Amino acid sequence: MDQQVATFAVKSGLAQMLKGGVIMDVVTPDHARIAEDAGACAVMALERVPADIRANGGVARMSDPDLIERIMATVSIPVMAKCRIGHFVEAQILEAIGVDYIDESEVLTPADEEHHINKHAFKVPFVCGCRNLGEALRRVGEGAAMIRTKGEAGTGDVGEAVRHARTVMGQIRHLQNLPDEELMAFAKENGAPYELVVETKRLGRLPVVNFAAGGVATPADAALMMQLGVDGVFVGSGIFKSGDPAKRAAAIVKAVTHYNDPAVLAEVSRNLGEAMVGRNVTSIPENELLAGRGW
Amino acid sequence: MRIGVLALQGAFHEHQVMLERLGAEVRQVRLPAHLDGLDGLIIPGGESTTIGKLAVDFNLMEPLKTFAAEHALWGTCAGAIFMAREVGRPQPLLGLMDIVIERNAFGRQVASFETDLDVPALRHLNGGGKAYHAVFIRAPLIEAVRGTAAALAALPDGRIVAARQGRWLATSFHPELTQDDRFHRYFLEMAQSKSER
Repeated sequence: MDQQVATFAVKSGLAQMLKGGVIMDVVTPDHARIAEDAGACAVMALERVPADIRANGGVARMSDPDLIERIMATVSIPVMAKCRIGHFVEAQILEAIGVDYIDESEVLTPADEEHHINKHAFKVPFVCGCRNLGEALRRVGEGAAMIRTKGEAGTGDVGEAVRHARTVMGQIRHLQNLPDEELMAFAKENGAPYELVVETKRLGRLPVVNFAAGGVATPADAALMMQLGVDGVFVGSGIFKSGDPAKRAAAIVKAVTHYNDPAVLAEVSRNLGEAMVGRNVTSIPENELLAGRGW
Repeated sequence: MRIGVLALQGAFHEHQVMLERLGAEVRQVRLPAHLDGLDGLIIPGGESTTIGKLAVDFNLMEPLKTFAAEHALWGTCAGAIFMAREVGRPQPLLGLMDIVIERNAFGRQVASFETDLDVPALRHLNGGGKAYHAVFIRAPLIEAVRGTAAALAALPDGRIVAARQGRWLATSFHPELTQDDRFHRYFLEMAQSKSER
């Protein structure tokens, strides 16, 4: 009997297995081990966490394949890695070394100011960021098998992730109330593929798994995003820029599982040490914001 | 019938949707008290290390073993790993079924696949004659079945991907990601036979 690989069912299916979990940014194999031991459902392997990318400036690129491979060799959970928006050769390299998911990420410096990667052309699945429903459905149209809010990475300020999650959810609620003859105009106004607009209305949710990302720093932040209706949480700088990464990582994992249980949330929020220092998004000049990258 | 779905992490919602469509009452299980009054439990796909760690941290290991001694239990993918005796690496396991598991046996995500299986155990069900289309995601393999555990399905090369031992069921693949509810009906039969006893 034939085996079919790289179907959309197996690409989006891995994202379904990540639901209710926490995906953690790690920059060394040691970090990856800490993340796995804390209960991460996957890790994002990269050279610098977003807070350092923000601080250091310069062009941010795909990480060294050797680092990614060493992290892959260290943990049994899925390993993701980032490529630049539109940089399909970085994506080819990541596929060649066998990462489990590629994040076409606004956190890195975009390589194309107009086009994202044609993600249908790859066997490895992709996750992409969004600020609103139109952007999410454009990425799914290009082949993304998983979506995340952009938030504002490397800030420790969850406000933008909340804004993006509320925007997507609100637009889906609005869409559900539209009569079918208004869906084409909705697709046009939002720059979204018509078929995916129809599908989203029918499902009452995005057609793929949707995680929160960008600014999550505490168990309460993670539970907030879950209560707003996302399927799981990415934590970037929030763990390894904090005072006690192992403890904070484990606490955020528990908070995502028990997001609706304030007694558990209170318990896991105790004595976590210093949170990452963070930076108010409103204090960052417009041209330094990452979420505006993506088309 | 009241079926629990272990909701620590993973694709528990997909199982819930399928079970509710078949008329079962479903409860998400996150703490030991949530097991009370259930007729069976599904442990979903997800990451087995995450599920195991959370089960330890929230004192679910012993309550799950006690529940399993009296009730039907089904693990899909990570759930199957969690139910096994041996997986070849240190991680928390319920250690219920006499099966040996190899994690990520087919390789990384790019090797995940779909394929048709012949599952004789489903033949008595309505629509049971046709091939079962199975979705494998970073899937484990059942390397060996021992004692009273028996293989239910295998790939064409003979490698085992589903097994049953009494009231316990393990599948390497994900029936909850398909529209085919035969495995869920099969499991409800297993849980039913207990609740009537």
